[in-house]
Amino acid sequence: MPSASQPSTTTLLDTRAMDRTLRRMADEIVELHDGTEDLVLVGIQRRGVQLASRIARLIAEREGEAPRLGALDITLYRDDLQTIGPRPVVGPTDIPGDIDGARVVIVDDVLYTGRTVRAALDELADFGRPARIGLAVLIDRGGRELPIHADVVGKRVELRRDQRVDVLVAELDGADSVVVVPKTAPPSDAGRAAGGGRSKKSPARRSAAGEASA
Amino acid sequence: MTSPLGKDLLALEPLTPEQIGLILDTAEPFKEISERAIKKVPTLRGSTIVNLFFEPSTRTRVSFEFAEKRLSADTVNVAASGSSVSKGETLVDTARNLEAMRIDMVVMRHGASGAAQFLAQRIESNVINAGDGTHEHPTQGLLDLLTLRDHFGDLRGLRVCIVGDVLHSRVARSNIWGLQKMGADVAVCGPRSLLPNAIAEFGITVFDRVEAAMEWAQALNVLRLQLERMTAGYIPSLREYNRVFGVTRERLERADHDILILHPGPMNRGVEIDSDVADGPHSVILNQVTNGVAIRMAVLYLLAGGRPELAETAKSTPGGER
Repeated sequence: MPSASQPSTTTLLDTRAMDRTLRRMADEIVELHDGTEDLVLVGIQRRGVQLASRIARLIAEREGEAPRLGALDITLYRDDLQTIGPRPVVGPTDIPGDIDGARVVIVDDVLYTGRTVRAALDELADFGRPARIGLAVLIDRGGRELPIHADVVGKRVELRRDQRVDVLVAELDGADSVVVVPKTAPPSDAGRAAGGGRSKKSPARRSAAGEASA
Repeated sequence: MTSPLGKDLLALEPLTPEQIGLILDTAEPFKEISERAIKKVPTLRGSTIVNLFFEPSTRTRVSFEFAEKRLSADTVNVAASGSSVSKGETLVDTARNLEAMRIDMVVMRHGASGAAQFLAQRIESNVINAGDGTHEHPTQGLLDLLTLRDHFGDLRGLRVCIVGDVLHSRVARSNIWGLQKMGADVAVCGPRSLLPNAIAEFGITVFDRVEAAMEWAQALNVLRLQLERMTAGYIPSLREYNRVFGVTRERLERADHDILILHPGPMNRGVEIDSDVADGPHSVILNQVTNGVAIRMAVLYLLAGGRPELAETAKSTPGGER
């Protein structure tokens, strides 16, 4: 793929702007659901998980009650597994308790083609039948390939196909920010380069001699 | 090679520690799928897998079948008896006929060492070795590693002793390769007639007495004693074997530390292992069975599919943005 390499990196959100945006998203989620009753936030691996827990904390500050939190890895539900080369590393999925009748909000960092959300909807359906499923994304960059839209959007931006959005979160990347880079640019952080969905949660997983993809 | 493991999984001997680590790490999220109400993900939808078993097997075949079905693959079981194999068809002919029906993978158990590799070199489908003669049983080795890692957290420096008929055991061979690659200390214990001759040259400690093995080991992997070994003259009698090498509660209690007990099954209770031990608090024998499904799902996932010529669009889709 030819790269008209302009090494230009544009910052969409800096640390403070990202904090403001997440606060507004938290408020909008509560407003949309008339409170926190039966509310479940489900983050998509990986950075959706950190954003979901951030939003849950902000909701708890304001409402005095935190919504339930879950994590979803959609790798096994992808529609392109037959065509991609190396197998992506699968991260953990953890859906807390029963989601029948719950009001679930899927949280992800970037909404682009909509295929990830399609996979997440399929996976959630295997866990139960929520009363409603919503979608909250930090960045909506346009370019949808499926009829999917977000209920809560942090920032909307129209980008060309040769551009890419990298969302960095303090928990994994050291600091919060959202940047636009050329599509062919190396990942904005080291961890993203390798597996994508790799998690470092339990000590047991770290113990394997040698990282598979460090 | 499109898969991080290559086309086939034939043995643990040729794998790198990184590849083994990748399989173990990949098995972790697959454990959770078997705990769901709907134990199924669509990952291998449309893939066809043949389970070709030339030797009888319940646990391994059922475990593979669950793993395949929980990934939504279509599966067919072929047993040697009652098939064209019993009419004298060769292994390659059987496999080529199956392949002509457009299958994607073959899981094979065979009595001849090297059968899986022989097949893998002659067909295009992915081949997974489910045990070949006295050579290797890689998925059993992997599920043993996963069970040990679950319990101890780290395999490096872990002291594991394999007890029993090491000479004829493909489970022992896969365990030795896998454990050594992952940095564990490996020992064997058993009658000299059932240990390979030059085994100490591979950096493996040999214990003649099971009591000494227990003093040393943090975990024992107790092998099944094949009853036909007695008639073949390798051991004097089953009772004698139990008296000298049996893993009993008395012996476990005499050791000054806790010892984890593994067994690949099926067990001969009262021969290589006593019921008190098999059903006791130190036994992780049923955890091994549970882990077996997750390990096989991980191997199927890592080997399956992957047509790189169609990968351009997918490759251009990085982690955060899909």
